[in-house]
Amino acid sequence: MRRIQMTVDGKPHVADVEPRLLLIHHLRENLGIGGAHVGCDTSNCGACTVLMDGESIKSCTVLAVQADGREITTVQGIAENGEWHPMQTAFHEQHGLQCGYCTPGMIMASISLLKENPNPSEHEIREALEGNVCRCTGYENIIKAVQQVAGQAS
Amino acid sequence: MTQAPERYMGGGVPRKEDPALITGKANWTDNIKLPGMLHIAFVRSPFAHAKVTHLDVSGALEQPGVVAAYTGADLADEWPGGVPCGAQVAEDMKSPFFPPIVTDEVNQLGDVVAVVVATDRYTATDALEFVEVDYEPLDVVVDMEEAIKEGAPLVHEDLGTNACFNAVMANGDVDAAFEKADVVVKERYIQQRVLPTPIEPRATVVYQEPGRQGYVMYTATQVPHLVKVVLSLSTGVPENEIRIVAPDVGGGFGAKLNLYREEIVTFVLSRKLGVPIKWNEARSENYLGMIHGRDQIQDIELAATSDGKLLGMRVKLLDDFGAYLQLLTPLIGLGGVGMFPGVYDFEAFSGEITGVFTNKTPTDAYRGAGRPEAAYAIERAMDSLARKLNMDPAQLRRKNFIGPSEGAITNPAGLEYDSMNLEPALDKLLELADYEGLRREQQQRRESNDPVQLGIGLSTYTEICGFGPSQALAGLGLGGGGWEMSNVRMLVTGKVEVATGTSPHGQGHETSWSQIAADALGVTPDDVVVIHGDTASVPFGRDTYGSRSAPVGGVAVWQAANKVVEKAKKLAAHMLEAAEGDIEFEGGRFSVAGSPDQSVTIQEVAGQSYLGADLPEGMEPTLSESVVFDPPNFTFPFGAHLCVTEVDTETGKVKVRDFFAVDDCGPIINPTIAAGQLHGGIAQGLAQALYEEAVYDESGNLVTGSMVDYLIPGAPELPNYTLEHTVTPSPTNPLGVKGIGEAGTIGSTPAAINSVIDALSHLGVKHIDMPALPFNVWSTIQEARGRSAGTRTGDSSVAQATDNTTPGGESL
Repeated sequence: MRRIQMTVDGKPHVADVEPRLLLIHHLRENLGIGGAHVGCDTSNCGACTVLMDGESIKSCTVLAVQADGREITTVQGIAENGEWHPMQTAFHEQHGLQCGYCTPGMIMASISLLKENPNPSEHEIREALEGNVCRCTGYENIIKAVQQVAGQAS
Repeated sequence: MTQAPERYMGGGVPRKEDPALITGKANWTDNIKLPGMLHIAFVRSPFAHAKVTHLDVSGALEQPGVVAAYTGADLADEWPGGVPCGAQVAEDMKSPFFPPIVTDEVNQLGDVVAVVVATDRYTATDALEFVEVDYEPLDVVVDMEEAIKEGAPLVHEDLGTNACFNAVMANGDVDAAFEKADVVVKERYIQQRVLPTPIEPRATVVYQEPGRQGYVMYTATQVPHLVKVVLSLSTGVPENEIRIVAPDVGGGFGAKLNLYREEIVTFVLSRKLGVPIKWNEARSENYLGMIHGRDQIQDIELAATSDGKLLGMRVKLLDDFGAYLQLLTPLIGLGGVGMFPGVYDFEAFSGEITGVFTNKTPTDAYRGAGRPEAAYAIERAMDSLARKLNMDPAQLRRKNFIGPSEGAITNPAGLEYDSMNLEPALDKLLELADYEGLRREQQQRRESNDPVQLGIGLSTYTEICGFGPSQALAGLGLGGGGWEMSNVRMLVTGKVEVATGTSPHGQGHETSWSQIAADALGVTPDDVVVIHGDTASVPFGRDTYGSRSAPVGGVAVWQAANKVVEKAKKLAAHMLEAAEGDIEFEGGRFSVAGSPDQSVTIQEVAGQSYLGADLPEGMEPTLSESVVFDPPNFTFPFGAHLCVTEVDTETGKVKVRDFFAVDDCGPIINPTIAAGQLHGGIAQGLAQALYEEAVYDESGNLVTGSMVDYLIPGAPELPNYTLEHTVTPSPTNPLGVKGIGEAGTIGSTPAAINSVIDALSHLGVKHIDMPALPFNVWSTIQEARGRSAGTRTGDSSVAQATDNTTPGGESL
């Protein structure tokens, strides 16, 4: 067991974990974060995407011990003063989700995308979200949600 | 001054489901944690067919944190019914016993051999390797055509055959139709096996209900009500001791329309050990344990006149069922047979289907379930016929459309379509896509020998939805009705609760049913809460699949809400001291005709009803009405799709440039949600056409056993969708709605493959199997070029090759 501490959605957490424990399982099982999901076991689906120090990562490919001392942000920590993050609003307004299981990962990947590239083309958005799989929406409305936040009329 | 009441049906009301889902507050089964909860993990067979010669779980029991471990023999008495199949489609249908955990023989890769119970999922999984199992491999059969040959290895020795059943249906004199034909098209198409892949894998939590004799199962399912009864049949536990809850469910696509062996084991162990038990799976486990989709070999023949009038159709199908029958396995292909005539009219039809056991994962319902198979075959064959006759494919279709009809019209297989009007949909599509302009662009690219060629693929389709009329379903051999239940109640405060037997998992019923109830009751959707997915809250229901929710469940909501209004009207008349016949109801207010100032709101009526102190004689207190709606017929949505592809003839890469769809599902309750259903449906159809295939090797190993090897298309692979609608109401229900959940998947697959072939037809390409991945397309081009070169000595000018110079093509 190793002692680690990390900040998750603004709150500090200290825990003793096995070195092999995946970050996603630490978040879900130990810290009770239900808004980061597991959809595969091969880092393909992106449902577990969160931000580590502001950058998107797949939390199934990071060990909990690797996140020691880091700041983790999940979809549960992006609303401010009760107001949804603009990306959450956009997914709602553009009908960018149906079952909603891929959605937290998709939202976090989209936030990270616009941080790196504030005015992406449609092609760039599609390429940037390549690692996040959605089975319900056919992606078009997800792209529109990202465009809405980027201030692009759709 | 009176204001026209707002109408919510037909408007894109934003989804009520979203706030929880976008903030991470949804209640997924895997989020559930209970005090003392244990976790289970399964030992699964690494062989597709083998005898289990030695099995010992004691090593696992010695591991720290392991609480128990069981073999199939240990638990066999707990599930006398095994994993039940819900359809007996023929008297002599062969139905193998399907044990949740095998006792002596494994019949598919991933068959369950033992289960380990431990304090957490890591511990349970770690302990699996301490279970000792010896296998004696048996001969494996993975190919369904091989499986029905004399002397093939038998999946189930005791059945004496790998053929599950054979069924034939015929209508008219099909031989006569073929005898008088000028042209016959004979084709073989392969519906490859696909992996449904809802992004939420399966998960189940079972616990004993505190303080009473009974069990609660939270499970990631589309069908809590079906699970309740089928679980009772499997285990013998009385149905009234079982409560099933489908909390937030992350997609289903037909694959969560089942009772799975893992759910049964979780239930049985929670009973046995008296503690809460959780099971959740990894994706690689999901790909072995969850049902697979499609897997059908289709031999289809069309007879036609030289001017393109269809005369008859023969269809012969082989359906690969895998190793066992899941809930609806035998019904999927069989239910689709009558849909092979599609949207066309002709005089004679014959269809035959044989279900086959192989050493693979069972197949069952996958988005469309039988109808995509039918639509694909007829739409491919129509394009083939058009090429043979040198006719425009749109023109050929138009010439053979069934109908139009506002009421019932019988298709060549004898199925009664509810209403049908294809031509306006096709007209709208061709205009929307600028068909003529696309053909011109295609011609230019051909003439300039552009390495990237343009494909224009059409499909005009119908599907059978709204499952369904109970009598018709019984005729198909299904052991359960197709009605749907709703209870609508207005509470004392004027708020509304709608209980529905449908069980959404992404379809937005909370929003759409709120719109329906709001319009009937004269309230706003915000006044309505929709209750679903819990057999304790909604005692009866038939759940969500087969595009049934709107045309059966939504209609039940409408009728129950109107029944509330009827009762309220009687009470309003009493309150206003007027005759009931003089009471008008608009915008949530009852008023006396001619005296609009004499009125009460429906909320006031609800309050009076709840108090119960001053009611008309004989009237019971409360405003709460239930309806069970059993539709008189299925519904048949229809439409026309056009897929524009750019096919790189040098690399074989296919890019979907545009996708146009004109769909007719009757009046639309929520256009935003309907469009979303179409987007996702089209995407899933394109996924089968262009990307996905579950591949088994000859030993029965699933080669595409993880998301690394199984290509679910991502955002870069898929297009934007241009949608339009026509509106032909269904006469089977008062809302006229037909259903939209599967239309996209049904129309898009043939449109996409027709498009790829169309792009390459001038090179001599007449056929390509799904999925049209680059190597497949490239090889097909090379073969066509080789054929063309072989028959035209010294002339490699492939661009000049035509149907007339290419032997051995698509037709007789």
